[in-house]
Amino acid sequence: MSDDLDDLKSLMNAATPQPDKARKVENIALAQKNFSDLQGSRDGARLTSDRPKAGLFSGVRHMLNTLTSRAGLTASTAIIAVGLVMLSPLGDRLMPNNGLRETSFRKDQNAPDVSDPIPEAPVTIEAPVIMETAPSAEMEVASEDLAATSGLSRIAAPQPKTARARQLDYALQSLGAEDMPTPQANTESFANADVNPVHVTAETPVSTFSIDVDTASYSVIRNSLTQGRLPPKDAVRIEEMINYFPYDYTAPLDDTAFTPTVSVTQTPWNPDTQLLQIGIQGAMPDVSDRRPLNLVFLIDTSGSMNQPNKLPLLKQSFHLMLGQLRPEDQIAIVTYAGSAGEVLAPTPASERSTILNALNNLGAGGSTAGQAGLQQAYATAAAMAEKGEVNRVILATDGDFNVGLNDPEQLKDYIADKRDTGTYLSVLGFGRGNLDDATMQALAQNGNGQAAYIDTLSEAQKVLVDQLTGALFPIADDVKIQVEFNPAAISEYRLIGYETRALKREDFNNDKVDAGDIGAGHQVTAIYEVTPKGSPAELTDPLRYSSTDTAQGDNDELAFLRLRYKAPGAAASNLIETPISTNTAGETSFATAIAGFGQLLRGGKYTGSWSYADAITLATQTKGDDPFGYRAEAIQLMRLAESLSQN
Amino acid sequence: MQTDDDILALAAAGGDAGAFATLIERQYDRLFRLCFRLTGSQAEAEDLTQDICAALPAKLRGFRGEASFTTWAYRLCVNAAHDRRRRAATHAKAASGWGDWEVNRRAANAETEDAIDWLTHAMRALPDDLRDTLALILDDMTHAQAGEILNVSEGTISWRISKAKKHLATQRQEETQ
Repeated sequence: MSDDLDDLKSLMNAATPQPDKARKVENIALAQKNFSDLQGSRDGARLTSDRPKAGLFSGVRHMLNTLTSRAGLTASTAIIAVGLVMLSPLGDRLMPNNGLRETSFRKDQNAPDVSDPIPEAPVTIEAPVIMETAPSAEMEVASEDLAATSGLSRIAAPQPKTARARQLDYALQSLGAEDMPTPQANTESFANADVNPVHVTAETPVSTFSIDVDTASYSVIRNSLTQGRLPPKDAVRIEEMINYFPYDYTAPLDDTAFTPTVSVTQTPWNPDTQLLQIGIQGAMPDVSDRRPLNLVFLIDTSGSMNQPNKLPLLKQSFHLMLGQLRPEDQIAIVTYAGSAGEVLAPTPASERSTILNALNNLGAGGSTAGQAGLQQAYATAAAMAEKGEVNRVILATDGDFNVGLNDPEQLKDYIADKRDTGTYLSVLGFGRGNLDDATMQALAQNGNGQAAYIDTLSEAQKVLVDQLTGALFPIADDVKIQVEFNPAAISEYRLIGYETRALKREDFNNDKVDAGDIGAGHQVTAIYEVTPKGSPAELTDPLRYSSTDTAQGDNDELAFLRLRYKAPGAAASNLIETPISTNTAGETSFATAIAGFGQLLRGGKYTGSWSYADAITLATQTKGDDPFGYRAEAIQLMRLAESLSQN
Repeated sequence: MQTDDDILALAAAGGDAGAFATLIERQYDRLFRLCFRLTGSQAEAEDLTQDICAALPAKLRGFRGEASFTTWAYRLCVNAAHDRRRRAATHAKAASGWGDWEVNRRAANAETEDAIDWLTHAMRALPDDLRDTLALILDDMTHAQAGEILNVSEGTISWRISKAKKHLATQRQEETQ
């Protein structure tokens, strides 16, 4: 009998026609249109096949007809609650307030005007909604109808997340209607600046920047590429890609916090320039007698975290990390969703089961009162602090801060205040879709911490287990790098990456100006592309009217490297200075291949005809020792990027 | 290091337009193939795929990755096909009082004669539940997967398949006689 089935199968395969090309294009376009229509913008009313009727009561009648009792109850309660919050004199105090919000409140009082006729929506498609009997599906339809009929959708438009829309979300969710769908747009935002330009040494001989030990950007890029898409250009921060990989730098001697390693090599993408690579290796203090840690896990349990690659992955990641802690370490857990709350009071790490229970009981739902969470976490950390211990808040989030302060600039100020209390902050990003990389960067950079993005359990292993000591124990604060180029030797230079870390020249010696911190064993690499004097690769012509003979100084020196850092907690900085001789050599490193790869992903302004294929060749040659396969993975990503860029 | 439809689907469920575009581009042919097997005619299959494309974005927001995306999408297809049949039946009853099967048959007759081979006949003659089951099994689904999609036990699937085989055997006999 099974032969029969096989016959049938081959018959069926032969009979199955190819889908019609034109229809396919049409259908896919329809799907994408419906998709983008769904993503929050909701311009105008929802498309229906019914002709919209004018009149004050038709909307209400329609609403009453369509609503099922449960959905109706929730939705109408929500509206009343929103009204209450807005209109009552106490209402203002019920929600975190700021100037911007104040104005939107005023406007909202007149806003929901039911008497307006709904603008006639062009009915271009007949979108059959396949109904299931599940109550949530009914509610979805009902709530959308409600929004359309009462005209609320027009108020929420055109911006997907206006303050008002957020308040509505907030009100709905705080009423316990978690399964009420919230419009979720792709709200990813990335922190980046324009690619560093080429500087003429004669005009601006000094380049100053803060170090950066984050690795988040690399993981985001990996996540994008493995999903079959090139990452958004702004998601690419080259320094974070380079710093993702361990390199073979000389470890610092006895009591210095770190030593710089400098090398000069040929630029792979330009035969007439050179690469100046500065590597910094942080000291690795003896881990066995490290100071006790006070950790506050600040966990985002808002509704948006309710995806397998967010909260569940987060729980697993923290499980891994627990194994690395000592009995004298203490852990507290603070969660935030609609409001912030302490889930686990400070508990010694030895009480493993208590901590694991608290972790496992976390569930996601509600909006994201990030600021309230931060406040509570810092308060908890302050209460745990004892002399000689390291305090750190570990924030795990998908980056969506939609209640309270949510502007990266304002959060910066808030965090900068807290930084001075000596508590460090690490930010772990999870999930894609509404990853707010900009906010996460703002938090980590200003909170004396680092940002990592965790998309797989192996990334959690790298960040939270292998590099835990580095991530949790700072060995130097506010590390700044300043390079002064010798105009007699170098005519032009360009810093690759570090766009978001640029400092003003005068800020180098100003100890009040914040910069990045280095943890135990951390490595930081910065690469300059330099054009030697007289090289055909010079991009700028000499000036006709100014004297070009400004070059003075030793022709044996390429540049002068200055490093400033503070011992953890200290107020005054130390200075390390070394000249970089023209005789400095070195071998092309894997970092070069990654720098090239990053530049290609950002559009390759300076890489000429150098291609992904060249990057792959170079990376393969320089791969060297790769115990955990990080570099092999990077080469795989380059290959993916190569294929994807050809589409 | 895998580029996974499930991950794409989750990203799309979270609102990632790029992920959705990749996903639909990748899955279209496959969905169409199943639609053809469920309906037995190209025109019907194109329409059914359109229905699915139209509804997929809204449905996808409920995708939580509990089942694999393929299973989930196939379930969507089967449900959409049911929906279409139900609607077609209502239309047909209102129009002429003829049954669903007869309408389908006439429509098929109106199409080019030679497109109707033994297979299409055979598939159409099957009751809906058997046809759905067979369509899935012929699409390389295991009995367990088909069970998950149709929301019945694995045993039921095996039973349906043997029943469908009997149907087909009888039919073949009738034709050869």
